[in-house]
Amino acid sequence: MSNEELERQFQEKIDNEIKIEPRDWMPDAYRNLLIRQISQHAHSETVGMLPEGNWITRAPSLRRKQILLAKVQDEAGHGLYLYSACETLGVDREDTIDDLHSGKAKYSSIFNYPALTWADMGAIGWLVDGAAIMNQIPLSRCSYGPYARSMVRICKEESFHQRQGYEIMTHLANGTPEQKAMAQDALNRFWWPAMMMFGPSDNDSKHSAQSMKWKIKRFTNDELRQQFVDATAPQAELIGLKVPDADLKFNESTGHYEYGEMNWDEFWQVVNGNGPCNKERLDARRKAKEDGMWVREAAAAYAKKQEKKEKRA
Amino acid sequence: MSENANWPLWEVFISSKAGMSHKHAGSLRAADAKMAIENARDVYTRRSEGTSIWVVKTNEVFASDPNDADAFFDPANTKAYRHPTFYVIPDGVKNM
Repeated sequence: MSNEELERQFQEKIDNEIKIEPRDWMPDAYRNLLIRQISQHAHSETVGMLPEGNWITRAPSLRRKQILLAKVQDEAGHGLYLYSACETLGVDREDTIDDLHSGKAKYSSIFNYPALTWADMGAIGWLVDGAAIMNQIPLSRCSYGPYARSMVRICKEESFHQRQGYEIMTHLANGTPEQKAMAQDALNRFWWPAMMMFGPSDNDSKHSAQSMKWKIKRFTNDELRQQFVDATAPQAELIGLKVPDADLKFNESTGHYEYGEMNWDEFWQVVNGNGPCNKERLDARRKAKEDGMWVREAAAAYAKKQEKKEKRA
Repeated sequence: MSENANWPLWEVFISSKAGMSHKHAGSLRAADAKMAIENARDVYTRRSEGTSIWVVKTNEVFASDPNDADAFFDPANTKAYRHPTFYVIPDGVKNM
């Protein structure tokens, strides 16, 4: 069959909402786009453990500590589901991880901001996981089967992450004036980076059109960002916190919030490696792999030895 | 990375409760079967999703070829008489 004919059949399947599975024919460009997107999504999950992991030993109560530990464990699991999904496309996960460590592959820029106070654990759960859910719900219907299935699992688990974050913010907002100020400060610092998680504006997004045609993406960056503002702004108001955007206002006629201009210079600076924590995050990931290497080697050597023993018996 | 540290890939199947079949949950890497089962527990049953886990090395799974699916499954397509709705029976018949 000619490539053109294969490509036509492939697009027909996608148009009819038939999932593409690992051993099905797919265009190289589809495969490469998915490898890039899924591996970077996986990297985001694992790098995302770092800002929160930093607070596990300093959580204010045993309850909060258990919750945070469970959340960070979930992020590790999410990373694993995604690396597995990525491997079905014929890449070795270690190669994708090495691309992260060399700086070739990106991850979500949000994790290049430091988590300075306990309230940041609230803001991250509420806003960062909240934004991630907005992104991931449509991805659970994406055309590539393994990616869609991993998203279903992740979304189920993610909803606790957002709620525990909002609970932290609610408690602080109803606490002492100092606690409320801490919550407001966290919202001030995380609001815009969370808004930027949806990526560049539709006019500047290079992969959007093709992604929509292949049904990897179902909504544009700006559509998802709007959904996020509409959902989140009233949540801030409910607990007496103020979104740091002087232009934010509800438009009665459209039923949507209008919001101010984003600082795209900052966005591109952080994407291109100049955020407050880019270097620290990558150093931590590299160190984790290097320091853990002897464990992997020892486990593999042990498995080989056991296998030999069994053969002899 | 050294060859020695690259663990094989395993497919994970989970039964949610006694009486239910094992369903594919995903895959993971582990040095041996015992580790694969323990990792599968930690990764795929963190919220009590399972009561039993199977693991099998990915390279030991044999599968039908999706490109031949039409021809391969063709024999069943023309045998409507294998379905109960194929048969015409009188109106009013009970318990059938």
